[in-house]
Amino acid sequence: MGEEKLTLKDLAAKPDLLAPGHRMCAGCVSASVARMVMKATRGPTIVATATGCLEVATTILPYTAWRVPWIHNAFENVAATASGIESALKAMKRRGALKYEHVDIIAFGGDGGTYDIGFQALSGILERGHDLLYVLYDNEAYMNTGIQRSGGTPYCAWTTTSPAGKVIPGKPQWKKPIAHIVVEHRAAYVATASPAYPLDLIKKVRRGLEAEGPAFLHVIAPCTRGWRFPTNMGIKLARLAVQTCLFPLWEAWWEDGHPVYKLSGPSEAIARRPEMKKPVEEYLKPQGRFAHLFKPERKEELLRRIQEGIDREWSLLLKRAGFA
Amino acid sequence: MSIKISEMAGWREIPVAGVAYRPSTESKTGDWRSFRPIVNEEKCTGCALCHFFCPDGAISLVNEKAKVDYDFCKGCGICAEECPVKAIEMVPER
Repeated sequence: MGEEKLTLKDLAAKPDLLAPGHRMCAGCVSASVARMVMKATRGPTIVATATGCLEVATTILPYTAWRVPWIHNAFENVAATASGIESALKAMKRRGALKYEHVDIIAFGGDGGTYDIGFQALSGILERGHDLLYVLYDNEAYMNTGIQRSGGTPYCAWTTTSPAGKVIPGKPQWKKPIAHIVVEHRAAYVATASPAYPLDLIKKVRRGLEAEGPAFLHVIAPCTRGWRFPTNMGIKLARLAVQTCLFPLWEAWWEDGHPVYKLSGPSEAIARRPEMKKPVEEYLKPQGRFAHLFKPERKEELLRRIQEGIDREWSLLLKRAGFA
Repeated sequence: MSIKISEMAGWREIPVAGVAYRPSTESKTGDWRSFRPIVNEEKCTGCALCHFFCPDGAISLVNEKAKVDYDFCKGCGICAEECPVKAIEMVPER
């Protein structure tokens, strides 16, 4: 892939396309993610956003924080809406009615709008092969409506609809492997990213925009309200998620009928030096949604199962990426 | 009573719904803040990490130093927590 050299210094000088004054919570990492994503755009850009925190809190009528053409339609159909924009632009171009050579299209969806409610629309754009980038900002529950569990909520996490108690230990199910499911659709480009590594995230957005066909970026977005941690800890947790291999960073595309998986910087380093991998407890402990795993007494069995689950997924990824 | 389709309103006549037309910068979210980040310019290396991490786009680089826009900073403290040289300190608002 051809690549313009992106540096943090140059990107910092680029004006924000998501303006200050939005009403995302203090310490909301989803807002940082959206700002970084918009830094990677190449020129004229249209953004569509599914129902969710990002949509609601950036467009409190009559105010908008978006400095680009922006549309919200419904919860379930941001992918379909974005695909309509792409098709309309194609038709305009064919008729010579489009004054731009190229327009970037970005669809933002949260985990609710992607794993669950918007899943069929997402699957549809992948199958139809629309040329756009879908960004999943994953805060791992329906945070905007009050912390209900979603397909993206991890095992044992407390939410208001998976309360931890005597009967269940928080969410009894595991997180859906959404990014791998997207890869299996033969998407042009798929990557995971963490806002703790801004340049990696921004480069992946750019590659997703440059890819011809549907691209998908899965970004972990710690939520101060729903995960129950102090407002200054979001980026630290986004980093720990990577360092514990709970949320490894990788890219994938297809070549000659085969998926090619490539680990990114921090995760590749762990693959080469496994002793760098941190125990998952370091990630769980600062979060109130996992407090029941440590208080009133340590739930050794659950902690063991969580660590095993992570190890299992990590070794599967290592195989896919050609390690081990 | 029958209505001919040709007599019905087309999309051009339907009122436009929900257009957000005022910039969010008119609402100063700085008044949410209970702690204020103070940048030590001598320590700041201008690495720009705080600019990217800030959820509110409230930090920019001016002459290679981090500068906080207190109109919009909500005081979350991510910048102080993440600064690699500890050049930002959070102090209580009066």
